[in-house]
This record gives sequence, structure tokens and C-alpha cells, in this order.
Amino acid sequence: MYKLTGVTKDYQKGRRTVHALQGVDLVIEDGDWLAIQGPTGHGKTTLLQMLGALDRPTSGTIEFGGQDLAAMREGQLTQVRAASMGFIFQTFNLIPTLSAQENVEAALVPLGVAAGRRRQRAGRALADVGLGERSRHLPSELSGGQQQRVAIARALVKQPKVLLADEPTGNLDEGTRDEIMTILESLWSDLGLTLVVVTHDSSVARRAQQIGLMENGRLTVQAPAARRAP
Amino acid sequence: MFVTYLRRELRRRMRQAIFIALGLALGIGLVITVVAASAGVSATQSTVLHSLYGVGTDVTVSQPPAAGSGGGPHFRIGGGSGSQPKSGTSFNRDVLIGAGLGTLKSSSVTTVAGLKDVSATAGALALSDVQLSGTIPSGGSGGGGPAAGSGGGSSSIKSSSFSVTGVDLATGSLGPLSSGTITSGRNFSAADSTANVAVVDSNYAKSQNLKTGSTFSVAGKKFTVVGIVKVAQASSAANAYIPLARAQSLAGMSNEVNTIYVSAASASDIPAVSGEISAALPKATVTTSANLASEVTGSLSSASSLANNLGRWLAVAVLVAAFCLASLLTVSAVSRRVREFGTLKALGWRSRRIIRQIMGEALAIGLVGGAAGVALGFGGAALVQALAPPMTATTQASGSTGAAGPGGAGGGFAHAAASATHTVSVHLTAPVTLDAVAAAVALALAGGLIAGSFGGWRAVRLRPAAALARVE
Repeated sequence: MYKLTGVTKDYQKGRRTVHALQGVDLVIEDGDWLAIQGPTGHGKTTLLQMLGALDRPTSGTIEFGGQDLAAMREGQLTQVRAASMGFIFQTFNLIPTLSAQENVEAALVPLGVAAGRRRQRAGRALADVGLGERSRHLPSELSGGQQQRVAIARALVKQPKVLLADEPTGNLDEGTRDEIMTILESLWSDLGLTLVVVTHDSSVARRAQQIGLMENGRLTVQAPAARRAP
Repeated sequence: MFVTYLRRELRRRMRQAIFIALGLALGIGLVITVVAASAGVSATQSTVLHSLYGVGTDVTVSQPPAAGSGGGPHFRIGGGSGSQPKSGTSFNRDVLIGAGLGTLKSSSVTTVAGLKDVSATAGALALSDVQLSGTIPSGGSGGGGPAAGSGGGSSSIKSSSFSVTGVDLATGSLGPLSSGTITSGRNFSAADSTANVAVVDSNYAKSQNLKTGSTFSVAGKKFTVVGIVKVAQASSAANAYIPLARAQSLAGMSNEVNTIYVSAASASDIPAVSGEISAALPKATVTTSANLASEVTGSLSSASSLANNLGRWLAVAVLVAAFCLASLLTVSAVSRRVREFGTLKALGWRSRRIIRQIMGEALAIGLVGGAAGVALGFGGAALVQALAPPMTATTQASGSTGAAGPGGAGGGFAHAAASATHTVSVHLTAPVTLDAVAAAVALALAGGLIAGSFGGWRAVRLRPAAALARVE
């Protein structure tokens, strides 16, 4: 799925240059579940943004499905994200003026799916995460866990090749955290998704197949754990 | 999704949307009101000019009075030339005399009609009907009799006068009657050219209790009223109109006119026509509607300056301020949604889809503002029309068909001479035209587009990662 070679990312902060990523090499196969752990500010989210084509590296190559994301134009990257990538964010990032159903539908809009079909698929996706009866609720009317489930439904409704989650349980309590991770785990095993989760939480990272440790912009991937039985 | 998202977002920031719409409405309403007021002033100025000139007249030609042609008319009463009438002699005279204006030959009308770019001409003869009756006082004046204007210490001499204009029946659409409306009876027809018929001004008819079918005396001849005419309010309107041939005959001014009304082929030909007439009739005074318009003074003229200068600039300034405010508030609203747009980009929304969404929101606000602005504009125009005091327009019009009485200085019954000052009182209108409404809608859309463009640019210039990193 992914092959990163010598990826670096530098930011200018005043006169100082921040080296967020320093020569990251990484291979993620189809169906892998990688958790990226590490202290705050060491480049975890930046790496995820590279994987999600949300930003461009300063140098290096990022191959996704055989194509180098670093060499693509903005329009092409947008298309790749629309068709192949699902995102889950720490702060859920739901559109506040749209209902749960409409938030999920928003992921299908760039794919040109007709309105009726969109509604059908969004309804099914919400039902899959246990929120079929809350489809008309606005995000402000849902709990944190419910909002994150809407975000999961939104990420999965387009049947992406990869699901990228940035601290998906960061804003949730322990019970809800386990709930969300259980959902993600079952989706990974049922759908054969490629899953990359950025987290500082060891209990979340332990669930993954592989754990990568991010420190000062460098990534070290530990040996893969055994796959859990479905 | 587009409409749903748009509607929900505008509802979320309803107060700000209303504020922006109101700002746009104010600017647009002011523009419409000023445009309507300007149009009203222009229309009123045209009415004023028409009341002085007549509708369709682009140029008038007149002749300055000959030197020494002042003084009142003289009336021969009894005796022969050189002999004095006896005191105590009674007299009664009703004569048609010139209005103290210079005259042109009727052939000049034909000369002007033959000029290039002239589409029509009409001659007119402005006269006064003077009635004098009474008894010669003791110590009467030498010569033929008392002059109109002499007092002579006699209270037994009665005088009255009214203005009469002879109109050319061949060109009914041009001339002093062209700006009038027949309110009773009929206008002249070609068959009336030698008949003793008259069309009487409505105000004069009311004061003299004349109706269609009534008779009155002109130069001692009985004339029948065939029609009553309401002319645009102007002191230059005559009291009565009679066929030109009759006026010339009764005044002893055969083949003479004192004003030629000229219509040019098009407005752009007026300067050329004016030049051609001056060349053909070098001693004549040629006045165009533009000359007359520039002489108009009074509150109407002030209103025109106010509407055209201060009013327009004020409207433009308010509109520009409204556009700037709309843009600033839209950009501010977009700034607060940067993370939202970053999320949409992460979902695969193209920049142009996001810009379209923002412009749709801005256009919707612009349209609401435009609609409110049109309503405000109509209201403003109606207020201008309702509250504007009657305006006056004064012009020094030489050669106009004036209500001049017997000329000359002194005397109890002489008044203004050939060069008359005409004051017209008119009510200002403020018509809102379809063009103004269309322009307002266009301005509203432009305002929305400008605001949306700034906001859209702001929204899409960031990479998704940077947008997602924004703290709201």
C-alpha cells in the first residue's frame, strides 16, 4: 500500500527551521494495522498528514498504490483522498451545521454519487456503527463517542483503501475509547482495511498489529505482533 | 447538499448575514433613490422647458425688438390726425397689438423649414388684446388720443388686456399648444384657419367663466370657444389661442410672426440646425433647449445640482462602504471555518467546490440585500416625491410667447416688456425605472461576488494540513 523513502518535512518557525520528519522510511502492506506512538511534537501527526496527502514532504518519495504522492498536483491528491482515503480526527471534525447523515454524505459528494444513493449508503454506514436512529441529529446533539462513530461512518462510507486515524480516542473517556477501538478493530478485521492509527495511548497502540515509535522525527517500527483472530 | 449546507450555514450566522444584507440594502436603496430623484429632476426640467417651449421644440427663433419700438400703443379716438378729441368724448376700443416682441416674415418659417436636419417648423404670433373704454378727461393728450399707459388723472378710463397667440394650424404637433391637453371641446382643425374660433387656457376660462361654445371678443370680433386647453403650468402660456391667419389679419401684421418653433431631425442635430438658422437669418435670436436649460435658476436647479453631485457621490460612497463591509465580514466568517474547510478538503472536496459554496452564501446574502435595497429605494423615492416642496424654475426667456401687455414705462396698466422672466412652479417626481431596479440587482450580485471571492480565496489558500491545524 505505502512505501516511504527518505521522507523529510521541515517547517520555518521564525528564523528557526523545525525538522518535523527526518528521513523516514516505511513500508505498509495492504491490510496492515500500524499504530504510530510517541511523545507530543515528535512528528506523529506530520507523518500521518504525509500518508494522507494532506501536506507535501520537503524531500523523499511517498508511494501509494504505486503512485508517488509527492510528485502529484493538488487536484490529483484531492482525487486520491476522495476515492481511497478515510480520515478520523481527534476532535471529530464534523461539519456543525450538517446532521449525522449529511456529514456522512459529505464524503460521497466528491465521488459524484447521486443524492438518493448517497442517502442510502450514508444510512447504512451509520447503522453499521450503531447510530441508525441518530441520523438527523446535529453534532452538537451527540456525545463525544457518538460523534466519533459518525466520523468513522464518514470515513468508511466510501470504502477506502486506507483508514488514517489521528488520536481517535484522544478526546474520549476510557469506556468510550474501548468502544471506538473495538469498532475500528472489527472493521479492520472484517473489511481487510489498511489502518494507521496515531496515538500516544499505549493501550490503544497495543491493539495494533505493528507499532511504530516516533522520536524527534525518526520512525522505528517494532516487529509485527501476531494477527488477532476475527 | 449545496443548498442544504448553504441554508444551514446562513441560519447559523443569521445575525451577521442580516447585518451584511442591511448594509448592502442601504447602499443599493440610496443609489435607487438618488437615481430616481435625478430622473425626476430631469423629467421636471423637461416639463419646465416644454411649458416654455412646447413639446417637440428643439430650437426657437425670434427677433429682438427694433430700437425705439418701446412705448405703449396709441389709440385714435375721434377727430382726424393732428386734432384733439373733445373732453367728455366717450370711447371704446378693443385692439390686438404686438406683445413688444420683434417680428419675422412668415417666409422665414419656410426658409427655416427648408434647412437640412430640420424636421418641422411652426410660426406663432404673440399678441395682446387691449380693451380701453371711458371718457376723455379734461386736458386730454395731444395727438391721436390717450396712450395706453397714460393716467391723465382720469378714473373714468377702464382698461383690460389678455394675451392672445396666433398658432399655425398646419403643424399642430409643434408650437405653443403642443404641451397642452384639451380638457373640453376640441383643438383647431385645418378648416379653422380663417374662422373666428379660439382655444382658451383653462385658468383664463375659469376666471372669465368661459366654456366650450362661449363667445368673447378679440379685437372687437366675436370669437367662439371651441376648446379649453390645460397647458403645463407656466406664466408664458397665453390666455387664448386663435388661428395665425386671423391673428395676423386682426393685428394688421400680415405675413408676420414673432416666434418660429423648430424641431430637429434628431437631438444630435440641434447644434447644426442652430448654426444653419443663424446663417440663414443673421439678425434673428436663435435659442436652443440647452441654452434655455442653462438659464434655469431656482430651487429646481439647486435640486438638480444636489442630486447630480452630492447625491450621486454619497450613494457611491455608501455602496462602496457596504461592499467593503460585506467582504470583511465574509472573510471573517470564512476565517472561523478554516478547519471545517480543511476537513472538507481531507474528504476530497476540490477547492472550487468549496469556493462555490462560499460564493453561494455570499450571493444569497447579496440577493436578500438587493431585494431589501429595491424596497428601500422605492420607499425612498416615494418619500422624496411626497415630502419634496414645490420647486420653482425661473428663466429669462427672450423670444418666448410671453404674456406681455402693452409695453412702455409708466402707466397704471403697463407691465413687463419683451424680455420676460418666467417662473414655473412644479412638483418633483422620483420615478423608479426598470433600469434602476436591474442595476440594483446587478449591484447586489456584484457585492455578493466580491465578498465571496475574498472569502473563497481565503478559504482555499491553505494546505489541508495547515487548515486542520487551526484552532477555532
